[in-house]
Amino acid sequence: MSRVQSSQDRTPTENADVCIVGAGPAGAIVADRLAAAGHEVVVLEAGPRFDPDDREERMETHLRPGDDTPIWGMGGPRDAYTSGGDRFYPLNAARVKGVGGSTLHWQGMVMRLHEQDFRLDSELGIAEDWPIDYADLRPYYAAAEEALAVAGASDNPFAPPREQPHPLPAFPPSYSDSLFAEACEELEITTHSVPNARNSEPTDGESACVGYGTCRPICPSGAKYHALRHVDSAQEEGARVIDEVPVQKLEHDESGERVTAAVYVTPEGEEYRQAAEEFVLAAGGVETPRLLLLSESEQYPDGLANGSGAVGRYFMDHLFAGVGGRLDERTRQKHVGFNTTESHQFYDREDASRGAIKLECLNYAGPAPADIAMGAESFGDDLLEEIRAGYGNHVAMGALVEQLPRAENRVTLDRSRTDDHGNPVPEVVWSLDERTRRTIERANEIQRAVLEEMGAEIEWVVGPDSTGPAYHHMGTTRMGTDPESSVVDPDLRTHDLGNLTIGGSSTFVTGGAMNPTLTIAALSLRAADAIESRL
Amino acid sequence: MQLTRRDALAALSAAGIGSVAGCSAPDADSWDEGEPSGDADPELGDDDLETLVALAGVLYPSEVENVGEFVTEWVRPRVRERPEHGRGMLDAVATLNEYAESLEGAAYADLDAGTREELLSYMAVDTADPDPDGDDDQRVRYYLVNDLLFGLYASPTGASLAGLENPPGYPGGTASYQRGPE
Repeated sequence: MSRVQSSQDRTPTENADVCIVGAGPAGAIVADRLAAAGHEVVVLEAGPRFDPDDREERMETHLRPGDDTPIWGMGGPRDAYTSGGDRFYPLNAARVKGVGGSTLHWQGMVMRLHEQDFRLDSELGIAEDWPIDYADLRPYYAAAEEALAVAGASDNPFAPPREQPHPLPAFPPSYSDSLFAEACEELEITTHSVPNARNSEPTDGESACVGYGTCRPICPSGAKYHALRHVDSAQEEGARVIDEVPVQKLEHDESGERVTAAVYVTPEGEEYRQAAEEFVLAAGGVETPRLLLLSESEQYPDGLANGSGAVGRYFMDHLFAGVGGRLDERTRQKHVGFNTTESHQFYDREDASRGAIKLECLNYAGPAPADIAMGAESFGDDLLEEIRAGYGNHVAMGALVEQLPRAENRVTLDRSRTDDHGNPVPEVVWSLDERTRRTIERANEIQRAVLEEMGAEIEWVVGPDSTGPAYHHMGTTRMGTDPESSVVDPDLRTHDLGNLTIGGSSTFVTGGAMNPTLTIAALSLRAADAIESRL
Repeated sequence: MQLTRRDALAALSAAGIGSVAGCSAPDADSWDEGEPSGDADPELGDDDLETLVALAGVLYPSEVENVGEFVTEWVRPRVRERPEHGRGMLDAVATLNEYAESLEGAAYADLDAGTREELLSYMAVDTADPDPDGDDDQRVRYYLVNDLLFGLYASPTGASLAGLENPPGYPGGTASYQRGPE
């Protein structure tokens, strides 16, 4: 992987066609497409460009207890936030500010949403339908799988229809998957492979996965997809990426119909205005609505693109549900840091009583030998005995559980606190509703049945009271056709400002229970087509 | 089980130390990066190594052999290529020896095996939370005990003692994750 030096010239680009805020997967993919089409593209990224040569050192920091240095530098005045609502939201564990965005620390699971996800209101009378359906997104899903070099197989009987194989072959099942398969077969639960955005074979410029086993929060080999691939490609096509320049606000023209500039600040404190024909806001599901709210003006006192009042509202995440235990046999965990077997059998909802469930058979249950050693109170032969007793027979199932959109879950501004530039910090107001709790309980019920069928002694359960977010920020600039109730149209262009597009999962109407990045990529490709048609 | 130089190299790979083959050409990019710390590069002396080898003799199980060479191959590049970490290690070595001199009247490496282990308990290193900026026991735990334990149990040979031939941090899991237990 080539090393690209951090941009030192942070002055604005003259005659830019497109200004993109955020160099995560959404921004990077749009930048790559539009730069390849010959447009002058500039990307403004709040965080730094991390040196890829440091990845293994970051990995050791992750593996060893005691050093609390954030792996990706999150925290401090720059990233200050407030957690409101009934549930604490650990925002800075959930995101990365830097070139590559949260793909620097993500797990790398990439599934298509199901057809039912797009029409929950029509089919079940809950939430809202998307203004597009699966068929609209289907060709973009295929293109997104190519763009992310997805390794997968067409063995999932519950998946929506697809037209071609995945670009790379799926990773075969693990040894422990075979233990799950027997139990699931007995319970008539169908399992299948997992689409992964990590190389099962080498691709241009990136090696095949070698199994460091530390996918989250860092892949030392670069075999897991990261948005730097599209950033690098965009730069080769002439795009300019400026790091460490947090955008403070967007400015609009007198008519209030077009964005005129993104105001940003350099590390030296210089303030600049980047003008462009088109703007793309792709700063994640929290900073995107925050920036719109911070861009309030006399004409838009409630924030930019917020005629609906929906900016920041309908914040959703996926909830984790899990059950773990131990068998009286070896389970061979911790060789790899990703999963190879799932079940989507309980994904589509039969009625309105519960949300979607995506079940995962984990390949990394329990501690590794080094984890036990570095926390042990014994040494020498006693320690080895402790390690042998503690490693080797764990099993666990995880699940992602759907949370439906509710207006009271929201990202807003906490005007009582400011960040390092004097801007109000984001406040994440988040709570769980009864349907989500019921869905978590149902996931636990299935997981418990599988582990008991395996003969496991169950040691832990993550249920409704102990659950946490999967760090998928969705819904805060929702898509729709009605400007009274949504922020962006089906092409992700804001209803209120004709040259402002929003990229990322903040545009999701509902979130299903699939990891969102493949859908983010598909929507980004679709949005890039729409922007290209206007340039 | 015999520890080899290859095991030390594997552990170093997991720790991100790429160059361990004697002289390595300086990276031109690094010349322009970072601020001069004003601190001289740490130098690992023979006495320091003896202390670390003696400590590893307490920490490592009796079935591993060739501990001296393994520790040398593991520690030298870490001190050389991560000066800040290396200074922390050498300070912790000095701390451990100060306790040994104060309590037993001899350097740590000169104590018998039983006394070496007792000293760790006396310092509360066995129950200390590792912390590079903490008290004496916490720094000894972080820089010495956990460094040596990480070196062993994050290596294929060390983790294999518990049945994991490709531990997290070591590239190789895709070659072994489908295999059943032996």
